[in-house]
Amino acid sequence: MGKITGILMFVVAIGTVLLFKFGSALWWFPHGISENAGPIDAQFNRTLTVVAIAFVAAQIALGYAVMKFGRKGDARAVYTHGSNKLEAVWTIVTAVVFVFLAILGQRVWISLHLTAAADNAARAEVVAQQFQWNFHYPGADGVLGKTEAKYIDDSSLNFVGLDPTDAAGRDDAQLTTLIVPKDRQVELTLRSKDVIHSFFVPALRFKQDTLPGMAIKIHFTAKEEGKYEIPCAELCGSLHYNMKTNMVVIPADEYDRLVAMPEEKIKEQLGELLQRYQYQ
Amino acid sequence: MTDVVHPVHGEVHRHPAPTSFIRKYVFSTDHKVIGIQYWCLALFSVMVGMAMSALMRLQLGWPGQEWGFLKTLMPNAAETGTISGELYLSMLTMHGTIMVFFVLTTAPQGGFGNYFLPIQIGAADMAFPVLNMLSFWITFLALVVLLSAPFADSIAPFLGMDAASNVIGPIGGWTGYAPLSALGERAGPGQGLGVVLWVTSIALFCIASLLGALNFITTMLNMRTRGMSLMRLPLTCWAWFTTAVLALLSFPVLLAAGILLLLDHLALTSFFIPANEYVNGKLVTDHAGGSPILWQHLFWFFGHPEVYIAILPGMGLTGHILATFSRKPIFGYRAMVYAIFAIGLLGFFVWGHHMFISGMSPYSAIAFSLITLTIGVPSAIKTFNWLGTLWGGQIRFTTPMLFAIGFVSLFVSGGITGLFLGQTSIDLPLHDTYFVVGHFHLIMGVAAIFGMFAGTYFWFPKMFGKMMHEGMGKLHFLLTFIGVNAIFIPMHIMGMAGQTRRYSFHWNPVTGEGLHYLSNMTPLTRFVSWAAFFTITVQLIFLVNLVWSLAKGKRASENPWEATSLEWTISSPPPHDNFAGVEPVVHRGAYEFSVPGASKDYLMQTDAGGPAEVHGD
Repeated sequence: MGKITGILMFVVAIGTVLLFKFGSALWWFPHGISENAGPIDAQFNRTLTVVAIAFVAAQIALGYAVMKFGRKGDARAVYTHGSNKLEAVWTIVTAVVFVFLAILGQRVWISLHLTAAADNAARAEVVAQQFQWNFHYPGADGVLGKTEAKYIDDSSLNFVGLDPTDAAGRDDAQLTTLIVPKDRQVELTLRSKDVIHSFFVPALRFKQDTLPGMAIKIHFTAKEEGKYEIPCAELCGSLHYNMKTNMVVIPADEYDRLVAMPEEKIKEQLGELLQRYQYQ
Repeated sequence: MTDVVHPVHGEVHRHPAPTSFIRKYVFSTDHKVIGIQYWCLALFSVMVGMAMSALMRLQLGWPGQEWGFLKTLMPNAAETGTISGELYLSMLTMHGTIMVFFVLTTAPQGGFGNYFLPIQIGAADMAFPVLNMLSFWITFLALVVLLSAPFADSIAPFLGMDAASNVIGPIGGWTGYAPLSALGERAGPGQGLGVVLWVTSIALFCIASLLGALNFITTMLNMRTRGMSLMRLPLTCWAWFTTAVLALLSFPVLLAAGILLLLDHLALTSFFIPANEYVNGKLVTDHAGGSPILWQHLFWFFGHPEVYIAILPGMGLTGHILATFSRKPIFGYRAMVYAIFAIGLLGFFVWGHHMFISGMSPYSAIAFSLITLTIGVPSAIKTFNWLGTLWGGQIRFTTPMLFAIGFVSLFVSGGITGLFLGQTSIDLPLHDTYFVVGHFHLIMGVAAIFGMFAGTYFWFPKMFGKMMHEGMGKLHFLLTFIGVNAIFIPMHIMGMAGQTRRYSFHWNPVTGEGLHYLSNMTPLTRFVSWAAFFTITVQLIFLVNLVWSLAKGKRASENPWEATSLEWTISSPPPHDNFAGVEPVVHRGAYEFSVPGASKDYLMQTDAGGPAEVHGD
């Protein structure tokens, strides 16, 4: 039984390594397109190396121990209560490695959450609701109109609650597809009308919950044109699985022309944009 | 009359066993009966929870498919034979809540802890037997309330509520995030009476766990027999004790949160509901001033220690069993005890790692992240010492030993991926994906359940006086170990690919609906489903073994495993008052195996003769 159990541990170790090694050709992170995707993937791979070594070492040691130290007749086991020296060395080694990883693991987070967006960033608002993503663009004047909950009226398509008395809001557009410029920083303000949702763009390696009563600013730069999906990642009710839309990354000059247009014009062009790109 | 004749000590605690069926088996105050009651409750619950996993994996692998048997099984919830999004989410909520509370929290602590803590420390019962009985029956009531939640539709009319609005059970996951869980029916199906019953059940469970925790702590500190100093305690006792401390400090917070949520639901308070909500086409005017993130802080302040409540008893038992069947003392006994404390203590400072992307301060996320990775250190110490205990042993491969070895393997596989999730940057893509599902199922789900299996195979002879069938046990271990790895390791890759949690499907290859970036995941998803069906099926071996062993199992001797702790000094099953009125006296630690100069390869804790105790650690 010791042999079989030992072999099982080897199989778990080797099988997992093979799955990750060869499975990665088929199944892995989707292609990353943000400035953060590279560093996040690199940190993932660094951690993966540490984890793989520790995982394989532990499983192989366990497998070896159960194969090697099976009962032999009436022989007695080694009588030892342990070794403080080994204990101390092991504790220090793991503590150093783990804390080192933890510190490296903050870098993208800091550049993402603790630095302000550039002044020339393209700005828009994300307003989540059961079970739809709304995107609020500032229009030709570049200023987002005031919004208030009391003006929200889903039946007349004022999903974000634009204040009809605010002049800055007259040229604003409300879309259900996110359009962003390529190679220019984007700053989004994330809000929710009802419950908690989560703005997840796998291609950006990014996720942030949207909360009612809070406005959370985030920023990123998309480096490649294309069409990318945005699923909701926080359980938000019965149709949660159906709450998804697209992010379209287009050349910056085209973006500038497009978002300066009135809402109906943008909507007319959206169909073509969504056709232009294949899902990544 | 002033001269009271005091009875002889020892007679005081010798109360006769109850004779009526009700007092003996139902409303019993005997910790052994209560332990078995908890264990049975967990066994029932795990079967319900597992049945739901099977149905969920059916939907995930073959989305939208019609299944004839479902029409018969659930004529209301699945009248067309398909699993709707609502039904899926309702089952998911029930699965998580049942498994976390009524399986992972009850069997290791309420079950084995109740039965064996008093015996292992040499006591006749728990400190507060009536409280003990109450905590079981409140847990039972909590389970009944939870299981009624999916039938909210049928219950509503009796409570004078509108029936049509409660489609199917609660929808919210086991975490029940507010404000979705606080807004009631206006937030959609499954948010009305279903959620009220769900949170009531959790609140009841909190009360029961609190009573239990008080009892465990008092018992272990006050009722140890003569000679049972703290450093002679079996590691199981340390694990149960630390678990009880965690429960004592964390369940009240969840209880408070649950009461606040109920008030938001039923009394128009606004603890979790902010102003100016616009829900389902209507402005919410009756709530203002709440915080949507507060629930998460309260929930995870409980929720993270809860992970350790589930796993610590398994960790204690694993060390205990590894030493017993390696015939070796625990490698680094003191380090193991301190590591249990360290895990318990650090467990209270890391709840924020569940909330990196919740909208809380990004600065506190960094602090939580750094503390989280340090929790890996005591976990690594434990793993190192388990290996050290095996090293140089004379291992006897009994079924409990195999499950303990499996526990170590799964603990490593499940724990080590915490190194990814604990880093804020890597959590950005992985949060709320199957990477998390794989991680926590391996560690707090399957590893903890391996602990329970190990406990069952190990203590069954003591509890029921019969040996379990070793052949069936070994087969059960082999197939289950293969099965759980095949289910949960591929889930990590699904999560990396961006497969979101709590979706009733990701890609439907028949209709072409779903998320396109996941359209190539179908083979892996189906593989996991098949692995789940396989694993669930092989659990029948365990059930058959239980029934067979109860009926036909070989009679168990007093100490069939040649183990050292006090439960093996008394008959199997033990008498009503455990030690038949004779207070045991302890002379040495719990892991004196292969002591040089001893006549046999183990010394019982009660053995007065033989070589003197050495403190090698």
